[in-house]
Amino acid sequence: MKDHITQTQLDNGLKILLKEIHTAPIISHWVWYRVGSRYEIPGKTGISHWVEHMQFKGTPKYPGGVLDRAISRDGGMWNAFTHLDWTTFFETMPSEKIDLAIDLEADRMVNSMYDMEEVDSERNVVISEREGSENDPLFLLDEAVQSNSFVNHPYRNEVIGNKSDLHIIQRDDLYLHYKTYYNPANAVLAVAGDFDSNDMLQRIQQVYGQIPGMKVSPPSIEHEAMATSEKQIEVVGPGETTYLEISYHAPAASHHDFFPYTILDSLITGPTSLNMFGGGGISNKTSRLYRRLVEKEYAISVNGSLQATYDPFLYNIIITVNPKHKPEEVLKQVDEEIDSLFQSVITQAEIDRAAKQARALFTYGSENITNQGFWLGYSEMFDRYSWFLNYVNELEKVNEKEILQIARAYLQPSQRVVGIYRPDGGQQ
Amino acid sequence: MKKNSAALRSIPGPDDIFRKVLPNGITVLSRSNFNSASVVISGYVVAGSLLDPLEKLGLAYFTALGLMRGTQQRDFQTIYDRLESAGASLGFGASVHNTNFGGRALAEDLPLLLSTLSDCLQNPIFPEAHLDRLKAQLLTSLAIRAQDTGDMAALEFDSLLFPGHPYGRPEDGFVETIKAINREDITQFHKKYYGPANMVIVVVGAVEPSRVIELIETYFNDWRSMPTNFPPELPLVLPPGETTTRRVVIPGKSQSDIVMGTLGPKRGAPEYLTASLGNSILGQFGMMGRIGNSVREKAGLAYYASTSLNAWIENGSWEVSAGVNPENVGKATDLIIEELRRFTSELVSVQELEENQSNFIGRMPLSLESNNGVASSILNLERFNLGLDYLQRYPDLIRSITPQDILETARKYIDPERLVIVSAGPKSSS
Repeated sequence: MKDHITQTQLDNGLKILLKEIHTAPIISHWVWYRVGSRYEIPGKTGISHWVEHMQFKGTPKYPGGVLDRAISRDGGMWNAFTHLDWTTFFETMPSEKIDLAIDLEADRMVNSMYDMEEVDSERNVVISEREGSENDPLFLLDEAVQSNSFVNHPYRNEVIGNKSDLHIIQRDDLYLHYKTYYNPANAVLAVAGDFDSNDMLQRIQQVYGQIPGMKVSPPSIEHEAMATSEKQIEVVGPGETTYLEISYHAPAASHHDFFPYTILDSLITGPTSLNMFGGGGISNKTSRLYRRLVEKEYAISVNGSLQATYDPFLYNIIITVNPKHKPEEVLKQVDEEIDSLFQSVITQAEIDRAAKQARALFTYGSENITNQGFWLGYSEMFDRYSWFLNYVNELEKVNEKEILQIARAYLQPSQRVVGIYRPDGGQQ
Repeated sequence: MKKNSAALRSIPGPDDIFRKVLPNGITVLSRSNFNSASVVISGYVVAGSLLDPLEKLGLAYFTALGLMRGTQQRDFQTIYDRLESAGASLGFGASVHNTNFGGRALAEDLPLLLSTLSDCLQNPIFPEAHLDRLKAQLLTSLAIRAQDTGDMAALEFDSLLFPGHPYGRPEDGFVETIKAINREDITQFHKKYYGPANMVIVVVGAVEPSRVIELIETYFNDWRSMPTNFPPELPLVLPPGETTTRRVVIPGKSQSDIVMGTLGPKRGAPEYLTASLGNSILGQFGMMGRIGNSVREKAGLAYYASTSLNAWIENGSWEVSAGVNPENVGKATDLIIEELRRFTSELVSVQELEENQSNFIGRMPLSLESNNGVASSILNLERFNLGLDYLQRYPDLIRSITPQDILETARKYIDPERLVIVSAGPKSSS
């Protein structure tokens, strides 16, 4: 956590973070844009993700197909992701080949073509991606729970978008979205790996420095108060397995509550890993809900997820129900366990344990240069890189009182959405 | 040149992979990496699903999952409390030939990881209540599998391609075979087949090899179990004599998954790397190679359409998979067959060859940047007897492959008129 980081901003507004790591002849180069489903309006859901797809379709300098061949030929790995708050593109390359990544990312920041035929063909690809997700009962359940967890906030939509919107979004919508959000003033460039920071900065300045920046006005999103009465929803679909998803509100990652909430997550459902690459997870068999639900045969499995987001999002508990029990019985067990947590004594040892788990997950993630590049930019999307550097310290500072306060503030049944996936047992 | 030699130095080889065989038959391999304060372990004992009785298919897997449910010294919660409190993880699973394990921990907790591994392998007690719980979990996993279009297409594909062979059977069994397994079967399987002979443990991370040996000797030296493990003779597998098409109907799904293909080389076959490079051209390189270009990029039929070469000890498969709208199954299948015909009738271009050679050589450091990547590479070197210098010889092996080699290999394995073609999805699959 004592690594030297170079942070600067170009005149066009592009924020730059560089981290030298000389353990392997590799560089990971990430461009992050502040655009994702949070920036979408009704009728245009899924547009950010589709734009991400279109960014692989080529520019006059790097026509479609040439782009991926060029990266692959040099032994590189590349991909892109769209999430709630951000869209990111990365290349991890042998260090002597990194100029290609710098050049092509700067190029497609402004020069992508959005050919009409490509838009139509990609419409089918994106719909196909959505249909693949629809095959999974947990996607269907999560989509329903998420949309019921917010009234107006765009976090209510899945990143892939509504199918009806995917049918009507047009080329010009995509192009406008691209032209609005893809520019240096709305981006963070993060590079980690085997380079000299001064040289790298010079190269970046030469290539990205020429692109004009245009300040993007933030979307007008109203703060949404937590619900005051519980919502229960049901999804019926194919299969034999019943799932239960319980969704509580969670604080923004930059809010102080996020740290005690992280300890709470570890206590209730086991620690969530925030690494995108490398590291793997830690099992959750000693967590309170595993012991209560799986050990007592109410559930086949239980998992929790807490995400680091810009605005307050959700803490989701997902349970595969044991066929011996009804989901309502399982929910009652969850309630009893959380009630008993409200009354319980949380020990310093439990807090230390959660902090050690976080330290372990971060250490595993730091083996991987791609994951280090990821963290440089990711943390900037909801806070600052200092958030990442201070993360374990902040967890260590949390005390028992705060955890109980957070539990009582966020885990009330009246503020949650409960979703049940009921299998139709082959009645389709 | 300077850059290349720097790249080569980071590649594991005989100079920095430590290997020792212990008197009881355990092979230990270790490579230090002090760049991060963590360690990874990976390895196997020679007890896989090929030893499962047909009516109890899933026994090796069930046994592997039971190992951490309690030992003579520690109960289930104690085992996991120690690991989870340290932020460490350990898990077991079964493949056709082996029971595999993998774990990671902060370097300071390597003794905990290895002592837990040793205890679970040598002294499991398989408590009845836990086995009941595990059985319910396995049966639910099978119910979920039955709803997964990709899993069901792959299951049917394997059974058609490897009839009567363990490669054609799922390691996690079927509902009726899992129900048939009892505690006695599991304890007997463990007693008969688990032992140190031919076991392999790889340790990579912030630890000196001498310390690794010391710890493994401490925890495993007394393991003297001599299993009566005589793997059954496996039947010969012949390539498909004609094209077989099957559709698995899973009502209510939005998308169909296609798995199609034929036999591929085994890992030890001399033409394995040639097939692997050809496979990259066919369905991996860039945006999923020629098949991705045809099915996704040009026709817009699928989110994914790619190929894979799965090479095992006795045999292998060469597969194409794609996820498509149910109405487009026929169209996508035709496009894939067209690409297979081209692949088996024309030489790949020099440009394609060079691009893929460069990709294979250039990406190697990327696959080795984490301890996990290094551990799984070293495990493969040992498992398939490739030699500790294999990764260092690899660039030259790749460079020596010619378009003629690829065409010959493609023709040896792929006959576009004799394939196994499976799709799984809703009724409307075309």
